[in-house]
Amino acid sequence: MAGEFGNPEVIEEEVDILLIGGGMACCGAGYEIMRWIEAAKKDGHNLTVKLVDKAAMDRSGAVAQGLSAINTYIGTDLDPADYARMVSNDLMGITRDDLAYDLGRHVDESVHLFEEWGLPIWKTDENGERHDGSKGLTPLKDGGKPVRSGKWQIMINGESYKWIVAEAAKKALGTENIEERIFIVKLVNDKNDPNRIAGAVGFSTREDSVHVYKFKACLLAAGGCVNLFRPRSVGEGTGRAWYPVWNAGSTYAMAAEAGAELTMMENRFVPTRFKDGYGPVGAWFLLFKAKATNAFGENYMERNKEMLDDYPPYGHAAVPASCLRNHLMLKEMKEGRGPIYMDTVTALANLRETLSPREVKHLEAEAWEDFLDMCVGQCGIWVGENIEPEKKNSELMPTEPYLLGSHSGCCGIWVSGPTDVGAPTDEAHADKGKIPAHLPSGWNWGYRSMTTVKGLFTAGDGVGASGHKFSSGSHAEGRLAAKAMVKFAIDNKDWKPELDTDVAQLVADIYQPVKTYLEHKDYTTAIDVNPHYITPKMLQFRLQKIMDEYVAGVATYYNTNAKMLEVAEEKLEMLKEDALKMRAKDLHELLRAWENYHRILTAEAHMKHIQFREESRYPGFYYRTDKNFVDEENWKCFVNSVYDKKTHTWTCFKRAHTDLVDKSKLFK
Amino acid sequence: MPTFVRTDKCDGCKGQDKTACMYICPHDLMKLDKDGSETGHAMKAYNQEPEQCWECYSCVKICPQQAIEARHYADIVPLGGSVQPLRGSDSIMWTIKFRNGTMKRFKFPIRTTPEGSIDPYGGKPEADMSKIEEPGFFVQCNGYRAGNRSELIKL
Repeated sequence: MAGEFGNPEVIEEEVDILLIGGGMACCGAGYEIMRWIEAAKKDGHNLTVKLVDKAAMDRSGAVAQGLSAINTYIGTDLDPADYARMVSNDLMGITRDDLAYDLGRHVDESVHLFEEWGLPIWKTDENGERHDGSKGLTPLKDGGKPVRSGKWQIMINGESYKWIVAEAAKKALGTENIEERIFIVKLVNDKNDPNRIAGAVGFSTREDSVHVYKFKACLLAAGGCVNLFRPRSVGEGTGRAWYPVWNAGSTYAMAAEAGAELTMMENRFVPTRFKDGYGPVGAWFLLFKAKATNAFGENYMERNKEMLDDYPPYGHAAVPASCLRNHLMLKEMKEGRGPIYMDTVTALANLRETLSPREVKHLEAEAWEDFLDMCVGQCGIWVGENIEPEKKNSELMPTEPYLLGSHSGCCGIWVSGPTDVGAPTDEAHADKGKIPAHLPSGWNWGYRSMTTVKGLFTAGDGVGASGHKFSSGSHAEGRLAAKAMVKFAIDNKDWKPELDTDVAQLVADIYQPVKTYLEHKDYTTAIDVNPHYITPKMLQFRLQKIMDEYVAGVATYYNTNAKMLEVAEEKLEMLKEDALKMRAKDLHELLRAWENYHRILTAEAHMKHIQFREESRYPGFYYRTDKNFVDEENWKCFVNSVYDKKTHTWTCFKRAHTDLVDKSKLFK
Repeated sequence: MPTFVRTDKCDGCKGQDKTACMYICPHDLMKLDKDGSETGHAMKAYNQEPEQCWECYSCVKICPQQAIEARHYADIVPLGGSVQPLRGSDSIMWTIKFRNGTMKRFKFPIRTTPEGSIDPYGGKPEADMSKIEEPGFFVQCNGYRAGNRSELIKL
């Protein structure tokens, strides 16, 4: 029976493994998993799998628009240990070397597949000249030389990057095992074991149906969190977030409600990008050798370099941590020497001196392609403002904060790592007694990429305390999780999932915003102003205002303190209560309602972690003005947390950090 | 920029239930106005939430009628410029018009294999169940970097 608005059809299904999300991580998982499932079949294990995506896989996730570079490619000259060192320093010393190292040794495998599938990768020929990826030069896997735009990055013609990666994943999985436009909004714990996952529920954004899945294992990889802070543009430009606007914190919020231990949720990323369009700066800095300056043409990294001495050793690496580069720039802005510029004019003039006319023409195309492949909006600003980069410099601006675990950020979920790289198997922190007793000790507990909730795995933006995986690393991480999930499903072959909540209750919860709307819509003449409900849009504005003004958004130049956080805490609690009164006048608004619910929980985790960590670990990303220092003695540790969905409360605690590779090599 | 749909070009994907732009939009923004009650233009698509548009151009690129363009964010960008792609099977062509009338055209490759030609497991080995707990994927493409074990200081 087909459903109707307010009375959805309920579709129940049981699979062994569910993949939630359709971005790079789930595409990697989909590709890797089918081969292991085929192999398991020969041993008599018939495993079923399904992927659900709230969008269409061809253009979903952070790579939907395309990319102009692959930011993680190790190559043959560097060691995974070098990669783990870089990740650690960029994130101010507190990352899991086991996770970064493991990613570093696997990631190039995925890049080689992308090239085989048809992704054009730029190459350098024997004369050192650059060529785009359509010229048929030797593939990377056979020793072809990529064009390095930095130590770790390689340039691509990546407009169709996601389209290509999705094609491989879709073919591997089979279309019968994929459902698009299903938005999963809640995980369901097992009836007999509250620390285990048994199912997930969501709804179709196209038809009036609720989907209930039961499974042994699931991969939750639904991206990071965008638009939890008030963006710098608040009109039509609201959508021009740097990270994809559809990343709503679903990964963190659903995991937290299921009881998974989160890690480093205080971390955020505040990218400095081309102002308003948020076009990428990497190629400009690294490939075109441009400098960022204050309004008077002074290089602030030089002018303010003594400020790096305040943060040893992280300020003293060849490339100082990203947050510290912001820290030096913010000084210029606060002291009135803005705007900040990317000096594209000088950079291109310098390059012209050494290039042939043919190469100069190619260079101009490269500069435009950098934006057209991944951030067309920036070109929109250039054409509207008559900016040709060889003639006029462009402004730079630090954005509103974003939460993510795959780019230059490390918030996320605490996961089990590899067992062969020397990771601790016990907890060494002096406050270890404060860690809730049901949580595991050490950095691995059986299945790679499994969270502290049995059967719940994650990848990409979901995996915390690592970072700098980017597109390729997220794909590889999805593959690592896929293998482990197959093993988990085999090891639990006789286990039957049982949901801890009635299906009828789950359906009622999910469709509550629709019910609220239908019940109260005729109380007022204007449907958006009604004392009985709040629109998802207004709720989002409220969240953004709280976060911006009290939790170190752009309004306060990223400053907060314990008193401001106390105010935020109270306001967020009321917001969370009011979230239950969101209305949905159609399925599109139901999508927005649940996205915003996920944003609120993510924001609350962020605030609680900043409150707990009594220092300013990421100067340039946020400052606790009442604790405005890095305290290596007391706070060079992970801050982790668990959420209790019954009492709606968070518990934060410390876990010990240790180095598995020698970081001093960065400073020699 | 939110994207917009031109009334003279959109054919509602010829009366199908869902349009190409609805299929592809990652943020569920495109909607088919079946009876014209929302826009005054029956059987044409529109962007129902322009201030949530990421400008990813997925709808612009996929529209079979080239009916979708972008008018750059009105709260940020001066009027008059345009950035319009034509995406083919192996390359994409961009026509760029500045507010002052300057024009630029670029063509970039997008893939080196025919669309739909990927054979995900062609020529690849089967997975070896005895290695499911070891590092490495089911297939090695010369990309596994075993690393110098002496770098691992806790072993």
